[in-house]
Amino acid sequence: MDILAKERKVKDLEKQLSELGNSEAVEKIKLEIKRYKEKEMTKLTPWDRVLLARHQLRPTAMDFINYMSQDFIELHGDRLYRDDMSIIGGIGTIEGQVFTIIAQQKGKTLEENLVRNFAMPHPEGYRKALRLMKQAEKFGRPIITIIDTPGAYPGIGAEERGQGQAIAMNLLEMSELTVPVIAVVIGEGGSGGALALGVANKVLMLENAIYSILSPEGYASIIWKDASLAPKAAEVMKLTAYDLAEFSIIDRIIKEPLGGAHFDKEKTYLDTKNAILEEYYKLRKLSPTEIHFQRNNKIRNFGFLQRFNYENLGGIKR
Amino acid sequence: MNSISNTLNKRKQLKNNLKAIREESPFIKAQRMDVPEGLYEKCPSCNRTVNMKSNIENDYICKHCGNHFRMRAIDRIKYIVDEDTFVEKGLGYITLNPLFQDGYEEKIAKYKKETNLDDAYIYGYGQIYGQQCVIGVMDSYFLMGSMGSVVGEKVTRSFEYAIYKKLPIVIFSASGGARMQEGIFSLMQMAKTSAAVAKHSKMGLLYISVLTHPTTGGVTASFATLGDIILAEPGALIGFAGPRVIEQTIKQKLPEGFQTAEFLEEKGFIDIVVHRKDLKRTLSKLLAFHRRPN
Repeated sequence: MDILAKERKVKDLEKQLSELGNSEAVEKIKLEIKRYKEKEMTKLTPWDRVLLARHQLRPTAMDFINYMSQDFIELHGDRLYRDDMSIIGGIGTIEGQVFTIIAQQKGKTLEENLVRNFAMPHPEGYRKALRLMKQAEKFGRPIITIIDTPGAYPGIGAEERGQGQAIAMNLLEMSELTVPVIAVVIGEGGSGGALALGVANKVLMLENAIYSILSPEGYASIIWKDASLAPKAAEVMKLTAYDLAEFSIIDRIIKEPLGGAHFDKEKTYLDTKNAILEEYYKLRKLSPTEIHFQRNNKIRNFGFLQRFNYENLGGIKR
Repeated sequence: MNSISNTLNKRKQLKNNLKAIREESPFIKAQRMDVPEGLYEKCPSCNRTVNMKSNIENDYICKHCGNHFRMRAIDRIKYIVDEDTFVEKGLGYITLNPLFQDGYEEKIAKYKKETNLDDAYIYGYGQIYGQQCVIGVMDSYFLMGSMGSVVGEKVTRSFEYAIYKKLPIVIFSASGGARMQEGIFSLMQMAKTSAAVAKHSKMGLLYISVLTHPTTGGVTASFATLGDIILAEPGALIGFAGPRVIEQTIKQKLPEGFQTAEFLEEKGFIDIVVHRKDLKRTLSKLLAFHRRPN
C-alpha cells in the first residue's frame, strides 16, 4: 500500500468523524487516526516520497514566497524573447533582509498548469533567472532559489532557442556569483532543469522532496524497458533527501509534518523560512571572495571516483 | 580560513601529481581498431554499404553521401594532433559504482576492454599544425560517451591543466548525456565542468568546443555549449532533449533536419559547421589568431 492509499484511508476516517455527533465515538476515531498515522506514515519508501513530492495538494513555490515575504514584487521577462510563466522571479524582504527570490512554479489546477507549463521552463525562463541573479549581484542582494520542476521542457521551441545553452550558461554564471545563493528543493528536482537553479552555497531540501538525474519512470523505461517499474527505480536511484544528505550533495533536510507538507502547511513554511534565514546568517559573515570560494570548493568536490597512486605503482604501461 | 589552506595543499598535491604523470606516461599507444579487408558497414545516412577499410582511409567519411561516421577518441587524436606530440594526462582514474547498480561494473569492465580507455574521455597536451593546446576528446563508443564522475573529473582536470599551463583548450564532445547509472553524481558533473570553464575563461584563455555526432543531454547543457568558439561537424545530432523524448512529449513527428548542426547554425548557436577535412586547418588557424606573445 503506497502513501496515497494510506492518505485516502485517513481521509475516510476523518469523513466518518464529521458524520458522527457522539463525543465518545469521535474521541475513539481520533485516536485511531493518530495511531494509524504514526504507525503507517513514519516509515516511507522512496516511491512514497516521489508520490508526495508530486502530490496535488503539496504547497507550491508561490505559497512559500507569500508566507515568507509579504512585500514580494514579481519581475517579468528575460529582455530577449518573452516572459516564461513557469519561473517566478522577484524581490522581497524576509525579516527585514531584502532577497532576490527565483522559483519554479507548478499550477494547482489544470488551467493554471497550462499557463505554468507544469513548471517545465523554456530557455527564456532560465535567461530570466540569470538576468535577475546578475541584477542581485550588482546590488549585493542575496539570492534564494526554490526548485520544483519535473525537468526542462523538451519541445521544438525550447530546442530552437537553445535549451542546453541556457542551462549551461546558468551553471557557469551561478558558479561565479559573489553573493550568497541558497537553494531549496521543495518538490521535484528534475535533472538539469533543476540544477540550473541549484548551483548554490547551501542546498536545502524538504524531507519528502526528490532530486534526481531523471524521473523514475524515465529511468525504468531506459534500463528495464518498462515504465511501470518506476517504484523499483525510485528505490535504486537514491533520490530522497536522506540519501542525498549522505552523499553531501545537499546540506540540510527540512523536516515535514507527518504524512507530508500538505498536512500542516503553516509549519512547513515556517520551518523552511527559519532554515533559510539560519543558513543566510551564517553566510552573511563571509566576504564576497569567501562566498565565491565556498561555492566553488563545494562544486569542485562533487563526484565519486578513485585514482591510482602513481608513486606506489610506478606508472601505468598502456 | 582553514579550508583555504586545505585547498592550497590540495593544489600543491595536484601539481605534484601532474609532474609525476608527465614524467611517467608516454604518449598514447592504444592501437587502431583492427579492421579486416572485407568488412562492410551500412552508412546510417544513405543506407549504402561502404568498405570500412577504405572508409577509414577517407577519414571516416562516406564516399557516397559525405556522411561523417563516428570516430573513436584515439583515432580523432591521431587525426587532429600532429604526429608524436600528444602526451596523455590524467591517467589512472577508476570508475566506481556509487549507487550499487546491478551490472554497472561489468558493463564498465566490458567497455574498458573494448576501447582500451579508462572512461569515455581522454585529454592531454598536443600540437595542431604546431599550435600548442590542451586537447580533450570524448569517445562515444564507451557507454555512449556518457558523463559520469570520472568523465566530469577529467574534463575539469583538463581545464585546470590548461590554466596551469596557460594554454588554449579544444574539446571534442560526443555524448549521450549524463550517465544514469551514477545518478545524482553525474548530474553534479554538469555544475563542476561548467565552473571549470568559467575559471579557464576568466584567465583570458581560449576554449574551442567541437560538437560531433551525437552531442545531447547533460553535455550539451554544460561545457560543450560554453566554448568561446563553437564548431560542429556536418550532420551531427546536437540538442538538449533527445528527438524521441521530444516526439513523445509533443506527440507529433519532428521536421526533417531538426537538431542537426546546420539547424543550430541557422538558429545561431554554432559559429561554423566545418567539414572534417577542413577541421584541422580551421582549428590551427583559430589557435594561431589567439596565440599569446611569449
